[in-house]
Amino acid sequence: MNHTIADVAVPTARSKITLRNKWSVSEASFRRILYLAGLSLLILIVAIFFSLVVASLPALRQFGFGFLTGKTWDPVRGEFGALAFLVGTLMSSFMALLISMVFSLPVSIFLGEYFRHGNASTFLKSVIELLAGIPSVIYGFWGLFFLVPLVRALEVKIGVAPLGVGIFTSSLVLAVMILPYASSIGTEVISLVPSDLKEAAFSLGATRFEVIRKVILPYASSGIFAGILLALGRALGETMAVTMVIGNSNFLPKSIFSPGNTMASVIANEFTEATGNLYLASLIELALVLFIVTMIINILGKLIIHKMSARK
Amino acid sequence: MQGMAEISIHRRIWADRLFKGLIILLSLCSIVPMFLILFLIVKNGISVIDWEFLTHLPKPIGETGGGIANAILGTLWLIVLSFVFSVPLGVFAGIYLSEYRGDKLAYLTRLAIEILQGIPSIVIGIIAYVWVVMPMGSFSALSGGVALGIMMLPVVVMATEETLKLIPDSLREASLALGVSFPRTIMKVILPAGLSGILSGILLGVARVAGETAPLLFTAFGSPFMNYNILKPINSLPLTIFNYATSPYPDWHTLAWGASFVLIAFVLGLNLITKSVTKKWKVQF
Repeated sequence: MNHTIADVAVPTARSKITLRNKWSVSEASFRRILYLAGLSLLILIVAIFFSLVVASLPALRQFGFGFLTGKTWDPVRGEFGALAFLVGTLMSSFMALLISMVFSLPVSIFLGEYFRHGNASTFLKSVIELLAGIPSVIYGFWGLFFLVPLVRALEVKIGVAPLGVGIFTSSLVLAVMILPYASSIGTEVISLVPSDLKEAAFSLGATRFEVIRKVILPYASSGIFAGILLALGRALGETMAVTMVIGNSNFLPKSIFSPGNTMASVIANEFTEATGNLYLASLIELALVLFIVTMIINILGKLIIHKMSARK
Repeated sequence: MQGMAEISIHRRIWADRLFKGLIILLSLCSIVPMFLILFLIVKNGISVIDWEFLTHLPKPIGETGGGIANAILGTLWLIVLSFVFSVPLGVFAGIYLSEYRGDKLAYLTRLAIEILQGIPSIVIGIIAYVWVVMPMGSFSALSGGVALGIMMLPVVVMATEETLKLIPDSLREASLALGVSFPRTIMKVILPAGLSGILSGILLGVARVAGETAPLLFTAFGSPFMNYNILKPINSLPLTIFNYATSPYPDWHTLAWGASFVLIAFVLGLNLITKSVTKKWKVQF
């Protein structure tokens, strides 16, 4: 008479009841649910891409690559060329980047090297984090009522048409908006610089300035570049604040003070009024271009950062 | 020779001091806009806020008074909708990522999230338009919720993954060793242990989407009425601010300042609460 384990471990009625509750789904099906959840995110991205392509097909067919180099955007005559918006986007974003760098780099050095801990660092860090939390429509509102009069006064002084709104104004607003992104990544990579490198330089008699210039910045340069790249991604796609202060003109901008439009701002402005398939498709094609460009920039930026943190 | 070295040392020390001063100065300059924005909004906004402003509907041009009750309600509605669309999926995807760290699919999913996070909000708005508004034939709160849900998704997934990664394996092993099934271990042991982190991620996601305007322009669209129907257009605080701020009427500008004050108090308040909650409840093992 051998009793096997199975004979002994027959579940009683009671234990069956306790087992049968909400999470008694089988392990296999639970794992399948998890897998599906992960998969669905991938599907989401692919679906977004293909939806944009399909919805912009009429414009893609009609204009081909000429869409990006066409100078006229005339909904009435059904002519859609996006060059003016491309130029507007690049001008405003790169100018914003330049202005922003003057401040984001010092903030990164401040937080990553000079004041890594303590009250000053906590204060600056939380203020910059709050800056990232302010909604973009509020930046636009502030730009409209604070920066526009300032820029107008400046324009009067230097003798250009005193519009107040324009590409320069939108760059200023953008510069403030992207500061938190560039500076937070910069801080991170600067504090990643190994201390033995810095100490070696100090022990040779270098001043802190020299250590920063000759050791820290070269070491962190690729990471700082990645931060700037990611900030650029933000700037390219930023919509509301830019729409409110850029002046919304569909012509090729002549100078940094002229009104213009970015790809994002023209979508925001004209999408609800777009009549006709071609018009709508052209606007969606702008969105497709934005999607692809920001995707490349983001992947590149993240790649550099991953590489940088792996080096340690 | 001696003298020259002296001079160059002095010069180097001065360069060092100058540089430090410059860094501090420029760092301080970079927070000036933050205070300018807050100051302007508080100065112009706080006098507008009263009970009527918060509980009444907007009035037509020319009549003074009126409020933003529909926008406040609309924002809350949109948050609920985006919560429904993003949190269940996002939490499960986050669990997936933390459970299957080395998987090929996990790598691709992580990539998808990083791309999703970088998509400009206006593009998300267009997607919600193509997916929801075009088939349904009208602007709706539902489409706005879809747009905001997509925006919130990466925040929730990343918060979940990051939190669950911190939970030690011993917890899971103890549970499994007691004969608890894998699903129950996840739902009853791992998730509760990481609840605070996930919750703060969700709150940050809410704070992010509550201020979004661009994805709502052609989805939720805005409406001057109180709306409880998710298939109809609905207003939101950012939309109200945009419409009033870009209007030519000073009366409406005043309302926009008031609405900005409410929105910024909500968003920054949420950020601060989240931060303090995270600090207090932080998962410690």
